[in-house]
Order: sequence, then C-alpha cells, then structure tokens
Amino acid sequence: MQVTSSDFDDIQGLLRSGYANLTEASFLLLRIVDRAAACTWLAEAPVTSAAERDAAAVLQVAISATGMRALGLEESILAGFSAEFLSGIAGDEGRSRRLGDLAASATSNWHWGFQQVPDLLAMLYAKPSGLTTWRNRVATEAFRKGFEILQDLPTSDMRGHEPFGFADGISQPEIDWQARRLPDLGYSNLISVGEFLLGYKNEYGLYTDRPLLDPTADLGADKLPPAEDDASRRDLGRNGSYLVMRELRQDVRRFWRFVSAQATGNTSVVRLAEAMVGRHVTGEPLVPGTRQICGIDPTDIARNGFTFDDDKNGLRCPFGAHIRRANPRTGDMPGGQQGLIERLIRMLGVFHSDLQEDLVAASRFHRIIRRGREFGRLLSPDQAIDPAAPDPASGLHFICLNANISRQFEFVQNAWLMSAKFDGLGNESDPLLGNREPRPAGTPTDSFGMSLPNGVTRRVCGLPQFVTVAGGGYFFLPGLRALRFMARAS
Amino acid sequence: MTPQSNFMVLAPILAEREHDLRALLATMTAAPGMAEPNNSLFPFARFPRVHVARFVILDDATLDDLPPGDPLRHALLWLAFLGDCDGDANAQLAEFAATAGDGLRQIFQCCAGFPAGVDLLQWMRANSAAPAAQYVNWVGRTVRQIHEEQALHDALQSFVQREVAVLADLPPRAVRDRLIGFHAKDGPAVTPPAPTPIGWWFADLANLILFPVVLLLLLPFLLIGAPLFILTLRRLEKTDAVIAPRPDASHVTALSRIEDYDVTNQFSAFGSIKPGLFRLWTLVFIFRVLDYSTRHIYARGRLARVGTIHFARWVFTDNRRRLFFASNYDGSLDSYMDDFINKVAYGLNLVFSNGIGYPRTSFLVNGGASREIEFKYYLRRHEVPTQVWYKAYPGLTTADLARNTMIREGLQRLHMTDAQARAWLALI
Repeated sequence: MQVTSSDFDDIQGLLRSGYANLTEASFLLLRIVDRAAACTWLAEAPVTSAAERDAAAVLQVAISATGMRALGLEESILAGFSAEFLSGIAGDEGRSRRLGDLAASATSNWHWGFQQVPDLLAMLYAKPSGLTTWRNRVATEAFRKGFEILQDLPTSDMRGHEPFGFADGISQPEIDWQARRLPDLGYSNLISVGEFLLGYKNEYGLYTDRPLLDPTADLGADKLPPAEDDASRRDLGRNGSYLVMRELRQDVRRFWRFVSAQATGNTSVVRLAEAMVGRHVTGEPLVPGTRQICGIDPTDIARNGFTFDDDKNGLRCPFGAHIRRANPRTGDMPGGQQGLIERLIRMLGVFHSDLQEDLVAASRFHRIIRRGREFGRLLSPDQAIDPAAPDPASGLHFICLNANISRQFEFVQNAWLMSAKFDGLGNESDPLLGNREPRPAGTPTDSFGMSLPNGVTRRVCGLPQFVTVAGGGYFFLPGLRALRFMARAS
Repeated sequence: MTPQSNFMVLAPILAEREHDLRALLATMTAAPGMAEPNNSLFPFARFPRVHVARFVILDDATLDDLPPGDPLRHALLWLAFLGDCDGDANAQLAEFAATAGDGLRQIFQCCAGFPAGVDLLQWMRANSAAPAAQYVNWVGRTVRQIHEEQALHDALQSFVQREVAVLADLPPRAVRDRLIGFHAKDGPAVTPPAPTPIGWWFADLANLILFPVVLLLLLPFLLIGAPLFILTLRRLEKTDAVIAPRPDASHVTALSRIEDYDVTNQFSAFGSIKPGLFRLWTLVFIFRVLDYSTRHIYARGRLARVGTIHFARWVFTDNRRRLFFASNYDGSLDSYMDDFINKVAYGLNLVFSNGIGYPRTSFLVNGGASREIEFKYYLRRHEVPTQVWYKAYPGLTTADLARNTMIREGLQRLHMTDAQARAWLALI
C-alpha cells in the first residue's frame, strides 16, 4: 500500500532526510526524572514530520525500551515490540559477540548504553549558528524538569566526509513509497517501506511485529492509525522505525600511519586506503558505475550504478573492502533474472560454478538507512601522519533506521562486517571496523587481501583496531501520533 | 575414500538424576555449551575420527501443543549422545567404550535401564537410534584430511606472503610452479586417500539404482493415490493449528548464551509430529527421497542452495511420534534461518510442516518458512539448548574446507592452463 500524505505528517522526518543542510546538530541522551513533566514535554515537543521538507530547525525524538517503561507504558503493550529492542544492544553477551563488541569495544567499557542506558534520545538539527537558539526553544521548563541529560553528544560538520577523510553516506536504499517495484531476482536498490517503517509490508510481503491495540480498551488508542492488516486494531508501530545508535571512535592518526607504513612501491598510501574502503576518497566507486539499477537515480549512476558482478575477481574492489561487505549488492538468485527451467535448476542447487557463488545472501533483506553524524576534528592524511599531530578526538555517531533490527542492522554487522568468513574469505574482518580479535583456535582476523591480476593475493597483515565502540543503544523512532500516545498522562 | 557415518545413543533420563546429569555435563565445557576437547569425562580430542559430537538433553518445552489427553504430553526426557565420524560408527563406539568408558558410565548412570555391571558397548548399541535421513557436507572428507589440507593452505599462504614481491609479476603458471617446488621441498605432507571400503561402495551403488527402481514400480500407485493425497493434504493444511508464538525471552537467552563462540554453531530441535498416519507416511516418504538426494546428489558441499551445513540429521523418537533434528552450521542462527527462508523454504516445508504448530503451508512447499517471523519463532521455540558440543576443527567453515580441498587438488594436478592457474591461485 502507498504511503499517504497523512502518513507523511505522522512519520518523523529522519526517515526521509538526513538534513545535510542543517549542519549543526547535537544528540541528547536523556533520563526521565519526572514522568509528568516528561509527558508534558513529549505531548507538545516540536518534532519535525516527514511532510515538512524545508524546516530551518529540526527535532527528532526516539525512545528506548527502558524509556517506554519509565513513561508507564504497560508491559503487555511493550511486549509487541521486537525481542532485540526489548533486550537492548548491550543486554545479552551473545549479542555482543555477534556484533563484535569485544575487547576494547566491550560494552563494559562504554561510557553510555551499558551502565547508563538512556530513556530518550533527542536529536536537534539547525542551520549554521542556529543550534543554541533552537536548543533553548526545545528545552522548555517541562523539559528541564522532566529530564536529566546523561550525555550531550556534540557533532561537527565535516562537509560530507567521515573522519578518515572519505566522502560518506553515498549509498542509501531508496524507499519504495509508492509501492511500485516489481519482483526481480536481480539486485534492486528500491526497497519496501516495511523494511524501514513498522505497519507496512516488508520485502517478504509481511508485517513485522509491533504492538496492536484495542481502541475500545486502551485509553487514547483511538487516536492511533489503524492497523493495515487488522481493521479492528490500532497500530502503535505504524510510521515508526527502530533507530540504532553507536558511538564509533575513529583513530585517524593510527589509520593513516598504519596505511602509510604498509604502502609499498606500486601501491601508494591513498590507493591502499581506498582499496580498504572500496571507494576513492572523493566517493567514486572502485568498480565504475555504468549500470541502470532499479532505485538508483539516473544522475547517480557514476557513484552507485554498479554491482560486484562487474568485478568477479575482486581486481578493482577487494572482496573484503568495506563497501563490498556493507552492501554486497547481490540479488536473490546468482545470475539474476532467468528462464523457468534455469531458475528451477538453480533453486535445487544441483550445479554451481565456483566456490563463492551464492555464499552471500540476498541483499534486499539486509538494508539500513544511515543517518550518522561526525564528531571531533577532521585531519587530512598528511596531518594525521605528522608525528606531532594532536588527537582530533573524532569519530562517527553511527545512526541507522530499520524495521527488523536482527535481520537488518545486526545481520549486516555480524554476517557481513565482522565475519572473518564473509564471502569465503579466510582471516579478515572489515578493514575499517574490525575489532581484530582472533577467533577460537587462534584464527586471526587482522589481515586484508587484495587480488592481483595473476591470481596472487597481496595481504596486509597485523591491522590494528582503528574504530572502537564507546556507546550504543536501540531506540524506537515513533510516528508522531504514537509519540503523543506514549506521552499520555497515565 | 573413507565414507562418514554417524552414531546416536538415546536413553531416557531418570527424573531424580536430571540435576546431577546437568551438573556432570557442565563440567565438560570450556565456555557455556562448548566442549573442552580434553575434559576428563569424555576427552573428545582423543578420538581423531570424530568430526562433531554433542550431548544434549531433549527437553521439549512444546509438549503442551499436543491435544489434551494425548499420552505423549507425558513423554520421556531423553539424553542424546550423537556425532559424525570417519569410517565405521560401530568401531567408533567401541573405541569410546575402551578409552572413555568410565566417563560414559558416569553419564549414562543418570539414565533409566543402565544396570551397574552392564557391558557399556552393548548397552550403547542397544540404545542406538538410526536417523531417518542424514546429510554430510562432503562425503569422503576425513578429519585427518581437513587438518592436513588446512596446514597445506597455511604453508602455501605464508610462502606467497613472503615471496609476494617476486610472485606478483610472474605469469600464473610460473607462480604455481614455484608453489609446487616449495611444497615438494618444504611443504607439509598430504596423505593420499584410503581405498573406498568395497562393502560401502556396493551398498551405495545398490542404493543409487534400487531406490529409483522401487520408485518407478510404485509410480502407478502413487499417481492413483495423488488426487486423494492432495485433497487430504489441502484439508489438513487449511485446518491444522499454527502454534508459533514468540519464544520466551529466558529460553532465547539460554540458547544465545551457548552460541557464536566458534564460526560454526550447533542446532538441536525437537517437536511432535502431527497425529495420524497421513503425516507420518508423508514424512517417511520425504525422508527416503531426502536421504537419497543427500547421498547421491548433494554430497559435495551443498544441500540444494545452502552451503553452510557441515552435518545434519533427522531422527524419529517415541515410536515415530516425535522428531529430533540436529545440525552443525556456519554463521549465527539468524543468518542460518535467513538462508533457509531465502533459499530452501520449500525443502524445510516438506519436512517440518508435518510437525505440530508449523506456520501454514500450501501444497506442502509454499508458505511455511516464507512466513519469516512466524517461522523464526517456531524454530527458536522448538530449539533445545545443547549442553556439550564439540567440533574437531574450530575456526573452519565449510567454505574453508572446500577451498582447502580445491587447493590440494590443484596442487596435485599435472597440468593447468593460465586461466586455471589464476583461479587456483586466487584460492590461496
């Protein structure tokens, strides 16, 4: 079903825009200290909807499971949210193992999200030098009375680059707002609304779990949108999305110093760094974009019109490069669209041509919308290599939106980025994000291989940890009507 | 070629000894659920032919799904000791009894019908359960071969690492020649495969031919029965209850606690088959076809499109009223389930839709596992924690094993074109 204009009035704006023009931003992690005051603020907070396209200042509000409890939401309603949201990002050692939050990135070292679990995340965006004014307007008396600020996370404007210096945020899934995509076994960038918003059909044509309320029994539920799949129920999840936030500290000096020490002869410093990322510093892909792909804008073909079928031997973009892991751009069936007989043969898997074929799952079930912001100072590679360079204390507040945390964010993080066995590789993990912790039996994960034309793999070994996780949380970014419902005085 | 075989000892646990048994099994682990290879009770590492093995208490939390009054609601609590090994499983059991008899006795003393002076080996044989169907990722690849091929891979990779400056500019075949030269001089030994046991070879050939012959003979009857079968099936599919609520958080935590230490995980699931002969016979027929296809079609690296399973089996228990499924798979459970759903939903439906509560299917192959969340809940809910799980080659996935085998085969080949040599080098 299509998304209507009344839904756009309900959806928080972050689903539709990263607000790149609002270059000032700060993220407030809040604890509820006075429930009544917190509810008063939530009921009237100027939260920006997806219908407002040109807002000069934006507020977005997300709530954690502990926050919902603190607001007095009944356990029976909470139980409708997904298990991983209720458990939390740091709530289970098994989850931490899967996410790679070990050793230096262990949750016990986090400065927020483990000991200090925020109830609310308030995200403020404003035009240059407008943030202070906006913040004063947002932080009303009810706000000051209702919340304790656990962390006030600043951001900095790196003009579309992340701290290592690469252009960032280039590839995003395109949300299929009009529900117009036709089934296709090849790679598509146009993804069902239900992969990002609850209450809509996802890529399986199904609805993700979310709390459905009885409008006659639950006070105030009649103001919620109706459930698409159950006319007698109101949908607390509709137009809401799960928001994953992780504070990633990037050791920029270590990165560029290591890369420059490794670069030899015909591999220059920048080329090695670009091989690790999979894109040039400017953002152009190492596999040139020449294809028309469903959900890729014609003006964006140079940067995103490619799949890795164009580089089967990994000669241009190494198999373990960051962008190849983060989105392998695979379709449902190797070989894409084909005749019925061939499709049947492939389905039965009787023949396969090479080792790597079909190892990586269909990408469309594992996409996320990224809305991160940088913090700290941007250093150029030359500055970073300079032994006298001071610590720029920089990194990324990684933020992503998805409707099924375990199948989307956690899968990408675990099966693709952290896995030492991604796509049949041996001893690698993501060259940027990997924690380098050896696997049981001592299997190392700290190398990075680059294929040469004669088949030989050149390996860089002993990669140090460049990125450390320092905090994180699972939040729910509700629709505005759901937000007001949660703020009802109970 | 040394074929693989499997063993499974299945015995009911004495109610009053369950606690002791759990405590005993916990002493065998290094991390939760992960076997200490040299634990004193059952030192897995001393059995070089064993690929994977586990001790699991089949604690079925879904007995309440059965109809009221069904005696199966008070079914026994089983202890299963199962594994996959190279060569004859009977000989393997004898080796267990000879080498680790004391420890096994301590464990099995917690089971019913284990008298003090009993002959352990005979008792284990008497309490063995054969699978209705089984899967081996790569028929003929032994534990010894796996270790040797990994050593070979490591040696060749370090050689390339050391010499990369020179090798980078040579043509593929010249690089391969260097590697062959290095291996002949300094490389690790690779044992040639043992001859295939003649009895196994004949049995396999007979199976290969006889099963289709029998199927062909039965075909007229199958065709005559097909309309009635489909009518009955559709009637049941429309009315069978779906029982797939979200599993308890505590159950999921108990399962998650023992997962994702190695690149491979164990999976044990248990549940009741829908009552009646229709479902049972359907299942028996499907298992015969499945077992045939895993023996003769899917014997080299993949089960249909899924390449991440090392070993799997399906075993009937309780007079074929319940079904136990065990597998050893690469990656985390979520990616395993996603692989299932996206690649072989039809295959899962064929088997598991005959189980009580399975998500609604149509015509035995559609729906079911494609109902993502329901299916994941169903699977997780039927999963039982495995108390002790052992794998002889931690850190290695099926893709690693396949790659290493291809490396060895390529090294031993007499001739290669440049294109072949390039593809082979890319494996190292």
